Amino acid sequence: MNAHPDNAFENRIAELGFSGLYSDRATTLQVNMGKVCNQACKHCHVDAGPNRTESMNRETIDQVIHALHAFHFETLDITGGAPELNPYFRLLATEAVQMGMHVMVRHNFTVQFTPGCEDLPQFFSSLGMEVIASLPYFLQQQTDAQRGRGVFAQSLQAMRRLNEAGYGQEDTNLLLNLVYNPAGAFFPPAQEALEQEFKRELLQRYQLKFNHLYTLTNMPISRFLHWLQQSGNEARYLKKLKQSFNPAALPGLMCRSTLNVGWDGKLYDCDFNQMLELPAGGETMRLEHLTEEMLQGRRIATGEHCFGCTAGCGSSCGGAIIQTGGVA
Amino acid sequence: MAYYDEEDLDRFQEISRERPELFTAFMHWYDAVLQEGALTKREKALIGLAVAHAIPCPYCIDSYTQTCLDAGSNMEQMTEAIHVAAAIRGGATLIHGLQARRVVEKLSL
Ligand code: SF4
Ligand code: SF4
Repeated sequence: MNAHPDNAFENRIAELGFSGLYSDRATTLQVNMGKVCNQACKHCHVDAGPNRTESMNRETIDQVIHALHAFHFETLDITGGAPELNPYFRLLATEAVQMGMHVMVRHNFTVQFTPGCEDLPQFFSSLGMEVIASLPYFLQQQTDAQRGRGVFAQSLQAMRRLNEAGYGQEDTNLLLNLVYNPAGAFFPPAQEALEQEFKRELLQRYQLKFNHLYTLTNMPISRFLHWLQQSGNEARYLKKLKQSFNPAALPGLMCRSTLNVGWDGKLYDCDFNQMLELPAGGETMRLEHLTEEMLQGRRIATGEHCFGCTAGCGSSCGGAIIQTGGVA
Repeated sequence: MAYYDEEDLDRFQEISRERPELFTAFMHWYDAVLQEGALTKREKALIGLAVAHAIPCPYCIDSYTQTCLDAGSNMEQMTEAIHVAAAIRGGATLIHGLQARRVVEKLSL
């Protein structure tokens, strides 16, 4: 009998004896600064783009800064959209670094070509921020198919600027990590093997360097779900995610150590739940009402999309959860 | 009735309704063969794709194309693998020309 008729994920983990998914102590605050983006990628789970206007305001930024301090977060993970387009991005990053936090930004490379953003590599390096940048592939065709025409060439130029600012080099502590996600309805390959291939190809073809490659699974929500439906791939992809459920990915799920804040200050277990408007703790709560209880042992809101995080080697903001063995 | 249906891939198990021990033995062997070994999973997937085209089996082509994508191969690499299969098939056809030649030589004055 299915205890959760509408939630196959809860049923699957119940089969393993879990009465739900619960968080550990949240050490990372992931802040989604808004849906404004210079790109409009086909797989974007945020449905971000140049026409979106949702953007975190100053009042919410101040609440984020207060929460970072008051609840002793160790890491600030800044995402979007293109967070650099939010007018308070630099303020938030600077404040967090001054508090001694590890600050990472999810960067889309091409935003560097937006007026006012040309000096981003220097800004990132002056704060020692970790840069996590999307590069779906080391070839133009796959990259442009997913992220838009011309994105590949611009991304290489932007990556070169980051290398010149010290990112991705052996003798600096400036981390440049790349994100790979498949250009379609299939899974990412083994992370270590692909990292080696990316390193070899980017160095040989373009003399570019980076530190690590994170492989992410495309989540069946928002724009990518729409594409799955339109292309007739939905049923097959969802079935494949479910069939590839790997319990070993459960302990490393990002929602267990992260709390997510939306551009409007609402709290979520992860960025995907934010897009699905599944609030943390089951009811809408805002950052200014955050309590210590919310940070530890919180029941995580799940849904079918969670199979995207537990398929094969697993997928989190830090890439594959399980480092050895490939996708079955 | 269509001769090939993509849903058939999910019905493969039905082959085990008769002589299940043979199917089980096959599956164990099949799984073991495709594990990472001296060759990577990705290399094995490309071999599988080439063989699928050489056979040529629509089920295997569908399945191994997906396996190749999951293993991180791109269309250029897959095309090369398919060319290898085609070239070896072509070569095999051509070298059998020697059989024909021998027959001709035997029958000719
Ligand atoms: S995937 Fe990233 S870069 Fe692409 S539209 Fe979404 S937020 Fe922008
Ligand atoms: S989508 Fe992934 S990160 Fe979000 S709640 Fe589900 S398992 Fe956790």
